[in-house]
Amino acid sequence: MNVMSPDSYVTADGRTIGGTLMEMKNITLRFGGVVAIKDISFDIREGEIRAIIGPNGAGKSSMLNVISGFYVPSDGDVWFDGAIRPKMRPYQVARQGIARTFQNIALFEGMSVLDNIMTGRLTKMKSNMLSQAIWWGKAQKEETEHREKVENIIDFLEIQTIRKTPVGNLPYGLKKRVELARALAAEPRLLLLDEPMAGMNVEEKEDMSRFILDVNDEFGTTIALIEHDMGVVMDLSDRVVVMDYGRKIGDGTPDEVRNDQKVIDAYLGVSHD
Amino acid sequence: MPDQFLYAVEVIINGLMAGVLYALVALGFVLIFKASGIFNYAQGVMALFAAMTLVGIQKGQIPFAKLINTVMGTELEHFPWTVPVIPAIILAFGVMILFAIIVEKYILKHLVNQPEIILFMATIGLAYFMEGFGDIMWGPEIKKLDVGLPQGGSFWIEDMTIGLGGENFYGFFIDKLDMVATVVAILLVAALTIFSQYSKQGRALRAVADDHQAALSVGISLRFIWVLVWSIAGFVALVAGIMWGAKSGVQFSLSLIALKALPVLMLGGFTSIPGAIVGGLIIGVGEKLFEFSIGPLVGGATENWFAYVLALIFLVFRPQGLFGEKIIERV
Ligand SMILES: Nc1ncnc2c1ncn2[C@@H]1O[C@H](COP(=O)(O)OP(=O)(O)OP(=O)(O)O)[C@@H](O)[C@H]1O
Ligand SMILES: [Mg+2]
Repeated sequence: MNVMSPDSYVTADGRTIGGTLMEMKNITLRFGGVVAIKDISFDIREGEIRAIIGPNGAGKSSMLNVISGFYVPSDGDVWFDGAIRPKMRPYQVARQGIARTFQNIALFEGMSVLDNIMTGRLTKMKSNMLSQAIWWGKAQKEETEHREKVENIIDFLEIQTIRKTPVGNLPYGLKKRVELARALAAEPRLLLLDEPMAGMNVEEKEDMSRFILDVNDEFGTTIALIEHDMGVVMDLSDRVVVMDYGRKIGDGTPDEVRNDQKVIDAYLGVSHD
Repeated sequence: MPDQFLYAVEVIINGLMAGVLYALVALGFVLIFKASGIFNYAQGVMALFAAMTLVGIQKGQIPFAKLINTVMGTELEHFPWTVPVIPAIILAFGVMILFAIIVEKYILKHLVNQPEIILFMATIGLAYFMEGFGDIMWGPEIKKLDVGLPQGGSFWIEDMTIGLGGENFYGFFIDKLDMVATVVAILLVAALTIFSQYSKQGRALRAVADDHQAALSVGISLRFIWVLVWSIAGFVALVAGIMWGAKSGVQFSLSLIALKALPVLMLGGFTSIPGAIVGGLIIGVGEKLFEFSIGPLVGGATENWFAYVLALIFLVFRPQGLFGEKIIERV
């Protein structure tokens, strides 16, 4: 478990929330004239489920992209694990232990489910080419260990039956689940989920909610997720950041933001799909 | 067995072996195309450059000797040594890796997310640059490549098969060099397959070939993979350069083997390694058989155009190639 920091606490359902894992300080992101994120600060604490909500185009995905290094903020600092993060490329961020899924699903369509999830282990694989060629046996042993971890995740997410299926042939809901599996395979410290339930039916949404809660509970993984469905957000998250037009208009527990007048206004008359 | 039939068999065997060499060149194209979506026009010149470099290193030639002599007024030509075959091949591969790093750093890095046609044009530029650069580095004259590969026909096979036919059948004439090339190509393909299926970097390479964003999100450095794939393509070019160079000398025409690879790619699909191999074999056998059977009727020299005609006919019926992914236009 994590070292208990002075301000850690235990939630009503018995999970320990630790100190700050990630902190965004005065982040601004511009695309030419468009300001996608305007001077936003918030933190993510170790072990919590942090939601980012807001109407379409509010800048939620942009924020997730900043955290995962896909976008470089025009202004502001990103702090991770107590240190300021220098400008990093997405693959370097991934190697720091931040895994993610995408709003529009980015899987390796030509590979099987198993192979897709195995790529999630790449950051954990040690053997380089030369040693693999020389120490064939050792490399095989490592491969087996990774396979075991991956099989555990497959069992955990209940996708045993599609292990060998090419991902391109899967229905949307299952693709989302495989993408989650790949992210989990990296055993991330921070897991970023961009609308993990978008486009799913009720049953699939319930499954996904359960998986997210279980991941957080069983592995202690810190999770930041974007979600449109207010009900889902209220059920899942410990704290919520609310964005609108690139600004932060609310931040607190689900109950606090639900009763915040600014948040209510932002959502009034706005279609959330 | 009728002699005519036996000669046809001989033609097919020779066609298969020529096809292996076409496949080898096509393989270099496929690797780069899969990983980065770039049609590397310079693949043929890379083979030429690799072969020139190998010869230069073997002979202990001083690179840029002419240039240095002109500028400095010196009379440099050779180092006081020659390099044995194996170390020379390793050094030449080292030069190709260096080349891959330079290409990534000074070309690819600056062109990411550009339309494919721009990247294609960049490789055309690269091809002409390399051609000139190779000449300046190692001199433009035709070079003899000698890495100790056997030459000429195999008497052993001739002796073994002579009994098959009648009076006028002298046994199969099979070029020894072609046989070596076939074995080498098979080994190379096997090694590449094992590498891409079972190694960490191979898995990363397949991931990049499939989806850049997803690859980044699992911690793969695209730049590293590009260097890796251009290095591998450089190695494939070196092997192709050695085989073709040993056959017909290291000279400009060697770079034109790339043009032979083009119909192979049309047939096999640009994204499929098995496609490149099967495509190469079909073209190799097809063109030899056609020349053997129809050639005499139309005055010969059909090998220059047969491959293209075959590929064009093929394109009409299966534009994605034999094994290529089906192209579905998204609307
Ligand atoms: N790569 C980009 N280039 C230019 N503009 C961008 C880019 N990415 C996002 N934007 C703009 O930034 C703003 C915020 O977009 P973003 O995708 O972050 O919103 P969102 O809150 O995730 O919306 P949704 O709920 O629809 O997913 C939008 O105006 C969008 O057009
Ligand atoms: Mg979004």
